[in-house]
Amino acid sequence: MTAIVRTLDEALAPIVDGCMLAVPRESSGVPMAATRALIRRGVKRLHLVTLPTSTLQADLLIGAGCVETLETSAVSLGEFGPAPRFTAAVLAGTIRMRDATCPALHAQFQAAEKGVPFMPLRGLVGSDVLAHRTDWKLVDNPFGNNDPIVLLPALKPDVALFHAPLADRAGNVFVGIQRELIAMAHAAGKTIVTVEKIYDGDMLRDPLLAAGTLPGFYVEAVAVEPRGAWPLPLPDHYAIDGAHIAEYARLAATAEGFADYLQRYVHQRAAVVA
Amino acid sequence: MSGAPAETFRDEELLADVICRLIGQDNQQDCQNVRHIAVGAASPIPATAALLARERGQGRPYVSLLGSRQHTFFTDGARELFDCAGQARIDAFFLSGGQIDGEGNINLVSVGDYDHPKARFPGSFGSTYLYYVVPKVILFRVEHSRRTLVPKVDFISAPGGSPDNVFRPGGPIALVTNRCLFDFDRARRRFRLASVHPGHSVAEVIENTGFDFDRPEHVPLTPAPSTDTLRLLRSTVAPMLAEVYPQFAERVFGVEPPVPSS
Repeated sequence: MTAIVRTLDEALAPIVDGCMLAVPRESSGVPMAATRALIRRGVKRLHLVTLPTSTLQADLLIGAGCVETLETSAVSLGEFGPAPRFTAAVLAGTIRMRDATCPALHAQFQAAEKGVPFMPLRGLVGSDVLAHRTDWKLVDNPFGNNDPIVLLPALKPDVALFHAPLADRAGNVFVGIQRELIAMAHAAGKTIVTVEKIYDGDMLRDPLLAAGTLPGFYVEAVAVEPRGAWPLPLPDHYAIDGAHIAEYARLAATAEGFADYLQRYVHQRAAVVA
Repeated sequence: MSGAPAETFRDEELLADVICRLIGQDNQQDCQNVRHIAVGAASPIPATAALLARERGQGRPYVSLLGSRQHTFFTDGARELFDCAGQARIDAFFLSGGQIDGEGNINLVSVGDYDHPKARFPGSFGSTYLYYVVPKVILFRVEHSRRTLVPKVDFISAPGGSPDNVFRPGGPIALVTNRCLFDFDRARRRFRLASVHPGHSVAEVIENTGFDFDRPEHVPLTPAPSTDTLRLLRSTVAPMLAEVYPQFAERVFGVEPPVPSS
């Protein structure tokens, strides 16, 4: 049996060109070291699904030409303004958009984790979000009387990828209260996790840890990447590196500046170890 | 609140005070008292207002700030906000828009044709759901111009109203901008000018608004925040904002940003 704990590049091997890749929102543990490794490897034609939003991670992958389809509720740099490469790509028509809304993506992952074909959701009726989603269906509630409701198909990503504080050698991963990461792993074919450090012992044996743990049963590979969410935050561990995000926003405003950023912070690996 | 009006205050402080009053106000028949306020992404002024409301109420209403570890009680991940709203356990929420029109439709997606847009915004976030299910949605858009307040939005992220057969306990109650406060009449799907902020005029509001709205013969002036309110904002609320909105807390209140390293 291959060990679950691997080097970063080995762990990321299942993320092949053209696959559907699910990633979390900024405050749930974004695998930025892994994202930089994927860009260095030159992954192409990703169908990127954000649960439910994204910031720097989606913008970097789009700018680096890794994304063909983007399924998301929103991409921005939060307090640092619009996501410049996302905006440029949509305006240039170089990525295919599937605009969603946050609870719809959560519901679609929940359908997949339950093994059912769809999940109903309130809201949506009469919006242009629904109008542009031919894969979403408006039906009459079979238990109601003239009650229109939308059905959303289950979403089963090929790979889920996120960053977490801890894993043990059996691949049990501590996610704490970021429990949508567990739904993401349940829905995905394979789950790859980067972690701050390895926990010596079995996290499932400690009831306090086990309550916030994704069992290694669902996990394909773990790689240890200290400060692996940098420059984004890891809740309870480190804050966002605001000065770096501000520098990114400034550079990525132009294609040339973005290329300069990639060269400095992605391709020259030494510069990344802050 | 007691206390004489302060001599100087920032726009953000006035807007937070206005929003805080809206949270507490009971001007819609279907709105009960607010027990729980949630605040979504990119909403520093509503976050300020929600925390101010909690301070004034000595811990009530409950406040859940998206992206916060300190000001939330959610333990079921990113989806709990939406599940909680679906259970009718969120009473007030805040939405904005790249465009907002006179029927309360909001656009968080794009300008021009969706397939060939002239401008792109981040996306709809949770609006396409929360606008329908949260009883009191307060719209806020600091930039009050004909670019943002338009006759008709180019893309409906979420509609201001719905036909009678659509499940819709929620919707807009008001719109706050840097120039004024509008109330929203849900039955007529129309805004009404409720007050104009200090330093602004009705003529200026008409000039800068792209949609038609109702207005009374005499439009009141928005009251300035009291000294008590400003003290609460600056001493108590501002440091709480720095966790989720470090840039805003530093720019408006001079709070030092948190250190990035652990």
